[in-house]
Amino acid sequence: MESILAHAPFSTYSQTVPQEGRTLPRMSEASIPQDASPALLIEAGRSEAHYWRNLWHYRELLVFLAWRDIMVRYKQAALGVAWVLIQPVVQTFLLAFVFGKLAKMPDGGIPYPLIVLVGLLPWQLFSSAFSGAGNSLVSNSNLISKVYFPRLLMPLSALAVALVDLAIMLVLTIPILLVFGIPPTWRLLLLPLFILGALLIALGAGLWVTALTVRFRDFRFITPFILQVGVFVTPVGYRTDYLPNWHDLLALNPMTSIVDGFRWCLFRGESEFYFRGLAISFTVAAVLLGTGLWHFRKVERLFADII
Amino acid sequence: MAGSAAISVEHLSKRYVIGHVGRDDTLRDTLAHGVKGLWGALLRRREWSRSVREDFWALRDVSFEVSRGDVIGIIGRNGAGKSTLLKILSRITEPTEGRVSIRGRVASLLEVGTGFHPELSGRENIFLNGAILGMRRAEIRRKFDEIVAFAEVERFLDTPVKHYSSGMYVRLAFAVAAHLEPEILIVDEVLAVGDIAFQKKCLDRMKAISTEDQRTVLLVTHNLSSVLQLCTHAVFLAAGRMAAYGSPPDIVRSYFGSMTPAAADADLAARSRPGGLRGQARLLSAKVAGTTGLSPWQVPFGGEIALEFRVRVERKLDFFEIGLGLFNLQGLELCSSLSSWNGRIGPVEPGDYSVEVRYPSLPLVPGTYRFGIGLRSERDAEDYLPEAFDLEIVHSPLSAREHFSTIRGALAVDITTTLTRLPESK
Repeated sequence: MESILAHAPFSTYSQTVPQEGRTLPRMSEASIPQDASPALLIEAGRSEAHYWRNLWHYRELLVFLAWRDIMVRYKQAALGVAWVLIQPVVQTFLLAFVFGKLAKMPDGGIPYPLIVLVGLLPWQLFSSAFSGAGNSLVSNSNLISKVYFPRLLMPLSALAVALVDLAIMLVLTIPILLVFGIPPTWRLLLLPLFILGALLIALGAGLWVTALTVRFRDFRFITPFILQVGVFVTPVGYRTDYLPNWHDLLALNPMTSIVDGFRWCLFRGESEFYFRGLAISFTVAAVLLGTGLWHFRKVERLFADII
Repeated sequence: MAGSAAISVEHLSKRYVIGHVGRDDTLRDTLAHGVKGLWGALLRRREWSRSVREDFWALRDVSFEVSRGDVIGIIGRNGAGKSTLLKILSRITEPTEGRVSIRGRVASLLEVGTGFHPELSGRENIFLNGAILGMRRAEIRRKFDEIVAFAEVERFLDTPVKHYSSGMYVRLAFAVAAHLEPEILIVDEVLAVGDIAFQKKCLDRMKAISTEDQRTVLLVTHNLSSVLQLCTHAVFLAAGRMAAYGSPPDIVRSYFGSMTPAAADADLAARSRPGGLRGQARLLSAKVAGTTGLSPWQVPFGGEIALEFRVRVERKLDFFEIGLGLFNLQGLELCSSLSSWNGRIGPVEPGDYSVEVRYPSLPLVPGTYRFGIGLRSERDAEDYLPEAFDLEIVHSPLSAREHFSTIRGALAVDITTTLTRLPESK
């Protein structure tokens, strides 16, 4: 067998000068001569040597996957963009009725529906990012068993759809605030930080759920459950600054600080930002994201075998 | 030795664990195996469900080297480990033991149209699929016109691919893949699709990729003629092990020789099958009925070919059909038959059956032939063995004719000839 293996007719390839006038495309200029490129090693239990660099290398695919999800979402839906709006409008009036009218929560001089509307912005962002990321692996199982790419791209691309939905809602919310005499201030510039925060929290939770769903399909049911409970545990329908005794407890849910942050950025006013709550939320979020990444990377290599 | 190899595979093994009580598909199942089981699963500890698992080695100690510019054909029966090997080389799954080292940019094509989305247009899918296969956006844009021309879908570029015919879909998908420029191309079975003209186009393209551009190609296929035409070397896998490695003609021959069953009855029950079968009727065994050849699997030329199958029916079937395909050494299907052409069989009650199939007159020239057998019910495919067994046609007094050894046809058919002198001739 050695004799067959040993003969290498093209071993001088890397020195060959490509001839002009070929009909077929030649090797792209970007490709490095093979002898210079380090060999890729595939071995049991070998963790990715350059995990993050590899992820960066695949950034174009991330853009394409996100673009696909966005295209498909708006192509398939008959109501299209309208759907992004109907849901929050209905929810706004429902929650405003329950908390504002029935529970008579204090509004601090702002029309109650606006409090809910601004609370719903980050909540919708979280819920669509979280459920998208949580389902991302199972809904792309065909890709996972047929092509290699960093699996982290799947939950990441799910965040993009949520971001587009938020952009649509935001574009419509700001004029509404203007109509009610609440013009944007410099604080609006800090909003991207809270958007990023919501995405990272959704990613942390989504990574846990999506990796566990590959292995245990019944983890799918945990997503709607979390979202159902979450809409009440998160101050979507009420203001935390009127609940000082509960503030630290509520902050254990990191989305609390994100919702507070959204209100702080969009509402003009004297309300002080509650930094202790932010610190608590930040810690919880960091732990969630850190462990989510850790677990995801731990089981990532098994996905193709069990999906 | 290892320095210049494009791919070097050393003692590669892959183990899958088959649980007897089924995989723990839900958390509840795992909880039923104990809290320890859950932790084991979460942390991927080895002791998890050791009691119920059974090992299955899809690959066992496979080693070979591929030089740059080589075209390697990988052949073997279903379940021999070909796809597992490609999946490891494409980094989709990791090996249990052994290692692979690869030099060069790899593109793998394990399926035609991976990631195609039915709702997106042809144009959009070219970009998406290209990106999934590892092309840069600029690269796709540069080759876009070429891809469209190759696929012959210019007029439908902005139509969602869900409205494409299956032929157009496959052409588009292959066109994207054919314009990849990797240093190493890994291909699984994709040539088995499309019409003949397009298949030829693909083969030519693959040949051009390997010879003119001197890229390395690994190809898994059942089409042995493409192995003979394209490949510089071939790997023959059997039951996860490497049975042979060498020149394509030698390997194709040894592959065929390996399929002739030793016993009179070929055991088909334990063979691995392709996925998606219902399995309500299953082939248990096959044998040649009333043979007069030297071994049980030899039939003299010109004699009647009669096969007897044992079939187990698990549930009542309203309709039962057996289909047979007969292939030559190059993998060309010479003869296809369905039992239903000659009358409907059914309903069939559960139980074991013997099915006899007769080819009254099939003058196949002496050589080795392979049978693919399928069972179908009113619902769908019940069982299918694309490579069930081999049969050898041996010389007989009937084949002892003049010029018989030099004929090139697959069939040596007796014809009746009449020579009549025309009256007006001089």
